[in-house]
Amino acid sequence: MMQWFPENISTYGQGVDHVIQVIYWIVGAWFVVVEGLFLYFILRYRRKDGVRAAYEPGTSGKALAWILIPAVVILGFDVGIDLVQGPVWNEIKLTLPAKPDQIIRIKGKQFVWDITHPGRDGALDTADDIQTLNQLNVPLNAKIVFELTAEDVIHSLWLPNLRLKQDAVPGRTIKGWFQATKEGDYPLACAELCGSGHGTMRGQLHVLNPADYQKWLDENSPQSPEVSSLGH
Amino acid sequence: MDTKESFLRKYVFSVDHKTIGLQYLITGLVMALVGGLFAYGFRSQLAWPNEPVLGFGQVDPDLYNSLVTMHGTIMVFWVAMPILLSGFGNYVLPLMIGAKDMAFPRLNMMSYWTFFLSTVVLLSSFFFPGGPAKFGWTGYPPLSAQPGFSGVFWGGHLWILAIALEFASMLMGGINFLTTTLSLRAPGMSLFRMPILVWMLDIASIIFMFSVGPLIAGAFMLLADRLFNTGFFLPAAGGDPLLFQHLFWFFGHPEVYVLLLPALGILAEIYPAFSRKPLFGYKMIIYATIVAGALSFIVWAHHQFISGIDPRLATPFSITTIIISVPFAIAVFSYIATLWRGSIRLTAAMLFALGMMAEFLIGGVTGIFNGSAAADIYLHDTYFVLAHFHYTLFPITVMAGLAGLYYWFPKMFGRHMNEFWGKVHFWTTTISFNVVFLPLFAIGLAGHQRRIFDPSLFDYIAKYQYLHVIATIGLIVMIIAQVPFLLNFFISMRKGKVAERNPWRATTLEWVTPSPPGHGNFETDPVVYRGPYDYSLPGLKDRDFINQAETL
Ligand code: HEM
Ligand SMILES: [Cu+2]
Ligand SMILES: [Cu+2]
Repeated sequence: MMQWFPENISTYGQGVDHVIQVIYWIVGAWFVVVEGLFLYFILRYRRKDGVRAAYEPGTSGKALAWILIPAVVILGFDVGIDLVQGPVWNEIKLTLPAKPDQIIRIKGKQFVWDITHPGRDGALDTADDIQTLNQLNVPLNAKIVFELTAEDVIHSLWLPNLRLKQDAVPGRTIKGWFQATKEGDYPLACAELCGSGHGTMRGQLHVLNPADYQKWLDENSPQSPEVSSLGH
Repeated sequence: MDTKESFLRKYVFSVDHKTIGLQYLITGLVMALVGGLFAYGFRSQLAWPNEPVLGFGQVDPDLYNSLVTMHGTIMVFWVAMPILLSGFGNYVLPLMIGAKDMAFPRLNMMSYWTFFLSTVVLLSSFFFPGGPAKFGWTGYPPLSAQPGFSGVFWGGHLWILAIALEFASMLMGGINFLTTTLSLRAPGMSLFRMPILVWMLDIASIIFMFSVGPLIAGAFMLLADRLFNTGFFLPAAGGDPLLFQHLFWFFGHPEVYVLLLPALGILAEIYPAFSRKPLFGYKMIIYATIVAGALSFIVWAHHQFISGIDPRLATPFSITTIIISVPFAIAVFSYIATLWRGSIRLTAAMLFALGMMAEFLIGGVTGIFNGSAAADIYLHDTYFVLAHFHYTLFPITVMAGLAGLYYWFPKMFGRHMNEFWGKVHFWTTTISFNVVFLPLFAIGLAGHQRRIFDPSLFDYIAKYQYLHVIATIGLIVMIIAQVPFLLNFFISMRKGKVAERNPWRATTLEWVTPSPPGHGNFETDPVVYRGPYDYSLPGLKDRDFINQAETL
């Protein structure tokens, strides 16, 4: 099953994949047993001349135990699954890193991602902020906190390689975080129907090593020295 | 007497629950073809995004969104609900409890015609400027709240109006089911002697009634936002888009059980009849269903894990969601245990009923993935979800619906459908169904998001384009596979082998009536002496069942 997944490049992606695998094995085993039994009964108890069906209304406690005991086992597995998945959820969605390396602002609108990166000073809302459309640039291994919102309708920030999805809701700013562990370009999409451009609302996540990131900052910061010296 | 008028009374404005049931069934079948045709339209677009689709032309994003929205809306509200709940409910419920008709026959007629009107309103939206609704069958605002965001004005109003009419119709139907069950049972038909299908229809009606209120409120607020700029769901006016989602899913999740329960009810009649065994654990199934029904009201937010609700809500909703698997496991195991040491006959009805369970199990177990919040971060709004819910809804709607049709056809029309073609229909439908939807799990795991009209625009999913092609070929086969069924259905209605009263040698009351039953149903008022599933009772000579209306 895991061969279908895109490569994981986030610190917490492993956890998500693990949860999916655990569930896969548990429900997979149940599925095979139940489906197998079902098929076996159908084949084994086909009508034969002279053989009468048993009268078994399943009212005695003993008969019901055949149903109730597996049900209790299922309950046990359910609790187990929740114990595995709970902490992963909490890590991804409940807690933000205490000291993020960077804060990025992302706004969805029909039909682009409007992204504000802090410039060289590392802070938002200063003159050197870098604004991009659909291009999300982050340094490798940096703890990124994002502030996500939407301008018009609901969009959903979808970064499959990070195992990250979060709806962007107009009127709210939702914070989240990630830490990308591998350099490269990865897809970024919108996962919530947002109008006629939904299917084309795509972008890129660029995970850059520190040198490349610095280069990108230098080339794109609005107040870069070249630009200001040209101005004088 | 004026014959023309009596024709209208008999076939059009009928107050007979059987005619009304058939009207619902036929309308539902017609809408299934419409919904399926739309699926063919966008399914083909997904497979060959750069080519025009035969019959639809070039499917641009707007048309794509319209087709997807209308497909979802139609399948849930104009196919599953009318066929399973209203169609079978109207036809068999009074028969099964030994009543002459519904408690309120005129209300019943009105409920059908309200439903019919809703159908007309819904389909008419295609002919208005801007086209039909295209904001998804869930209609999330703000996209749906301001015509400017989606480009539909009339289509959106009509969509809301159609759904309001449909719900009004279902509410009338629900009241009728419950009142009929409570007040018109034959002597001896105690609650715990009622067939499971009657229980399921009643519990489903109750779930529907309890859940629909918030949605109606939501729909009115949405309409007000669209018409009067009230801004309930518009942040710029101080509203909150997530409010609608809560209202919608408080209804939307229980709605799944509104559809599932009648389907399980149909199975509960068919499994015993064709394995000649009592339904295993009759009372336990009823209790488990009631528990599941109650639980279904506290799971709604699992549709909203990543919608921006407080992340602390995820854990309680994850737990309730996964726990709901327990009562359903009890029901499913009981059904399977009914087969154990039976004497199984694989008629077309039984094949569809067994196939329903086999496929539904796939839907059931894949729901656990979505129900666990952490996995849902990745899977939400991908094709994995889509595959999951089609593996639940398709067996519920199509396979259980067809099982019921093959089973009660002799009662409805006094003739048999052709078994051979029924079996061909079963195997071709089932195999092609899996060809359509199994690949979608894989595409979903690869991260393919829903509701996009051209997957080839995204590199990471473009490489799996062949899976879309396979799925679409599967769908074309599935559509062709319905042709023998339709021919079988209409030809058998007139020319099929004549059916006796009780061709399946079944135990419930509808089988003591003539096939088809006349007005008033029973020739002599039935009296009930026993529970509904006395098959293979020890001590019986020369036969293996006793009808509920028989004494030993
Ligand atoms: C005839 C076979 C069917 C096929 C091939 C089919 C195919 C599809 C596909 C491909 C989509 C997703 C389109 C997209 O997200 O871009 C879809 C959506 C949907 N389908 Fe089906 N479907 C079928 C039957 C059913 C049935 C029987 C039901 C329910 C009773 C159903 C309910 C839905 C719903 C609720 C949606 C979601 C619509 C939305 O996203 O707004 N479908 N279907
Ligand atoms: Cu979007
Ligand atoms: Cu979108």
